[in-house]
Amino acid sequence: MSLASLDSATLFGLTGAALAGIGLFIVIAHAGLLRRIVGFNILGAGIFLVFGAAARRGAAAGFSGDPVPQAMVITGIVVAFSATALAVALLQRLFDLTGRESLDAPAAGDKQQAEP
Amino acid sequence: MTLLLDLALIAGLLALAVHVARASDDQSAIIGFIAFGLLLGVGWTRLAAIDVAMTEAAIGGGVTGMLLLRAEARLRERSSQARSAGRITKAAAAIGCTVVAAGLALAVLSFPSPAPTLAPAAAAALDATGLGNPVTAVLLAYRALDTLLEKVVLLLALLGVWSLAPDQFWGGAPELRRADAPQPFIYLARILPPFGVLIAVYMCWVGADAPGGTFQAGTVLAAMWLLVMLAGLRPAPETRRTTLRLLLVGGPVLFFTVGFLGFAVADGFLSYPEGAAKPIIVGIEAALTASIALTLGLLVAGPSGRAPVP
Amino acid sequence: MTSLANAFTLIAVGCGALLFLAGTLGLLRFPDTLSRLHALSKADNLGLGLIVLGLLPQAASFTGGLKLVCVWLLAQISAATASQLIAGVLYRRKLRP
Repeated sequence: MSLASLDSATLFGLTGAALAGIGLFIVIAHAGLLRRIVGFNILGAGIFLVFGAAARRGAAAGFSGDPVPQAMVITGIVVAFSATALAVALLQRLFDLTGRESLDAPAAGDKQQAEP
Repeated sequence: MTLLLDLALIAGLLALAVHVARASDDQSAIIGFIAFGLLLGVGWTRLAAIDVAMTEAAIGGGVTGMLLLRAEARLRERSSQARSAGRITKAAAAIGCTVVAAGLALAVLSFPSPAPTLAPAAAAALDATGLGNPVTAVLLAYRALDTLLEKVVLLLALLGVWSLAPDQFWGGAPELRRADAPQPFIYLARILPPFGVLIAVYMCWVGADAPGGTFQAGTVLAAMWLLVMLAGLRPAPETRRTTLRLLLVGGPVLFFTVGFLGFAVADGFLSYPEGAAKPIIVGIEAALTASIALTLGLLVAGPSGRAPVP
Repeated sequence: MTSLANAFTLIAVGCGALLFLAGTLGLLRFPDTLSRLHALSKADNLGLGLIVLGLLPQAASFTGGLKLVCVWLLAQISAATASQLIAGVLYRRKLRP
């Protein structure tokens, strides 16, 4: 398939797939919890873009997109934000109580501190 | 020409996502994420989803970015830099994530054609609701149950955040204000809120017929409130105050009440009587906007940070 | 008349885009924070101003044009405050090295 034959809905859908992959990688590969929260948001943004591609392709009846997936994405963005706020508050509490900002086992963390 | 714009946007989005993955410090990653959110907002306009674009720019880029930046600043004096995953784990994760992304891409490429769509169904019933914006109609009429439950999720998240306060601080005010807010910032907090409130009211009102609506308006209001609190012009409210709690549950409670009234005056739960749908929807929107603004602002403010003043 | 308006739009928006390009180059290439701020505020204020000015003849209604001007004014306020804040942090850092 040549590039010119791709419409922007498909292009952004593919971008969403790539972003979901990158976000998932951040969530898995980074130990720092704050970065994982950012990664979770990028993962969500990618999934929403795939929805957006589906909505754009569903343009009909004089609308430039299917309003149902669009409304679902709006709901999703708000829910993702409230999950992020809860996660940040949990991280803050973890940090206040233990001084750590990752879920590493404390022993391994201490060793890491002692080495350098 | 538009293809070029799309490709530039996509390149920017992917580059920023990779930057978030690779940046050595969290602050740089979060700033990259804020830029990502704003760029994604532009991307949504390219998908002809203006309502989503506004929500993404306001919440995804704006409020989430602020929340993360504040968290990063508080965690800055950390004991040790978090240990990163080992090389083998990273390689395995990369392979796994590539597979996931490829699967999603395959799904995107094999979307059925012609695309299934609910747009005609949404258009057919639009006249009955009296609304002009199909997205608002989906949010507050056809799928009002989703929106109602989402409000409940917001409240539950706020309960979760509040319950993380230490016992002696329960019911106190969240700690928001820096000791020394710079002068230009205080000036901004004085002149911007009137415009912000005006824009929010306009967005809420116009949302019935054009892009806009409760979430976008609520976010703008929340931003103005946070600005005023951060500049120290008004103190953050104590979380035990009854008026605050009543306002928080006000939107969802009104929504529930209207929903149950539907049994009496219309076909069932959350159905509106014929002819009166638009005024009811606008009323619900107004109440929801206020409680969304409060909930979002308090979610960013976090759990209470000092003991309640008796 | 419309072709004249279109030509005006093209020229003004083109100049605005050029200023944004110059501002971005400045942000990437200038040596220190203050000069980078200077480059950015040029792009924000003048570049956005030219783009808004160029779009005015294309606005469908008077209120549409008014909204465009409001966007520019609000961007001005936020850009000016943000630069002040960044410069202030820099200044305080210099005071206590």
